[in-house]
Amino acid sequence: MLAITAGGVVVWIVWVAAGFACLASGVAVVSFTNPFFSALALIGNLASLAVLYLLLSAEFVAAAQVLVYAGAVMVMFLFVIAYVGPRREPPWAGGPSWQTLGAVLAAGAIFVEIVVVIGLKAGGRLEKSPDVGSVFGSPGWIGRLFLTDHLLAFEITSIVLLVAAVGGVILGSHTRRAVRGEMG
Amino acid sequence: MLGPGVAWYLGIAAFLFATGAFGVLIRRNPLIVLLSLEIMLNGANLALIAFSRHAANGAGQIFALGVMAVAAAEVCVGLGLVVAINRRRLALDVDEFSELRG
Repeated sequence: MLAITAGGVVVWIVWVAAGFACLASGVAVVSFTNPFFSALALIGNLASLAVLYLLLSAEFVAAAQVLVYAGAVMVMFLFVIAYVGPRREPPWAGGPSWQTLGAVLAAGAIFVEIVVVIGLKAGGRLEKSPDVGSVFGSPGWIGRLFLTDHLLAFEITSIVLLVAAVGGVILGSHTRRAVRGEMG
Repeated sequence: MLGPGVAWYLGIAAFLFATGAFGVLIRRNPLIVLLSLEIMLNGANLALIAFSRHAANGAGQIFALGVMAVAAAEVCVGLGLVVAINRRRLALDVDEFSELRG
């Protein structure tokens, strides 16, 4: 019994640390003036989210988050920011103040809306979650789900990625032709 | 389930989504708008995984992996657009892009 309580305390400590890091880095992404620092803060956000996924026993998703997001996607982001050049902009300046006020109101409304809807629809039932075995969230289990129940989604995802890759290539080549046309 | 209940995770997810929405609305640099979009997607992912754990059902995790793939595709196209804009020596300001001509 004591061991269970101690484990619970450790999980709480990890949750508070990861949750605070997650929220703070999320705010930092939005408020930094330099996009380079914003991208670095987003890497911290993704890493702390991976810790939260581990606490929710989604091991494979946490690993994919670190590999795909923090690894591949963010490296691409940093490359493009380095290519474009770090140009600073004051985060809240450049527009009329009613835009800032409107954005704050809209974001607050979205937050309140999500909390109220979840609280009304599922508030009483969120207290206790059933225990799941160690198979839950493991790579083999995810792979079996992908190749049996969710095979169509898996295949469509590959098509989406292919279309995005083709789109990236077309965007790049089209611009090259246009720039050459403007110069010559 | 050790530690905090699912509702706490959903609170973090809602806050992340609202933060990302605020960034999308307020920032002018398209790169930071894309980063804020990633925060919104990750908030949705956290909610999906929390509900998946709550219902002991794997569909939420599968959905979260699908969202990750779609986010990768979106970043691919979005960064392609940013690079294309930069090549044309246009200002990187989303308020300037009011027409989608080639």
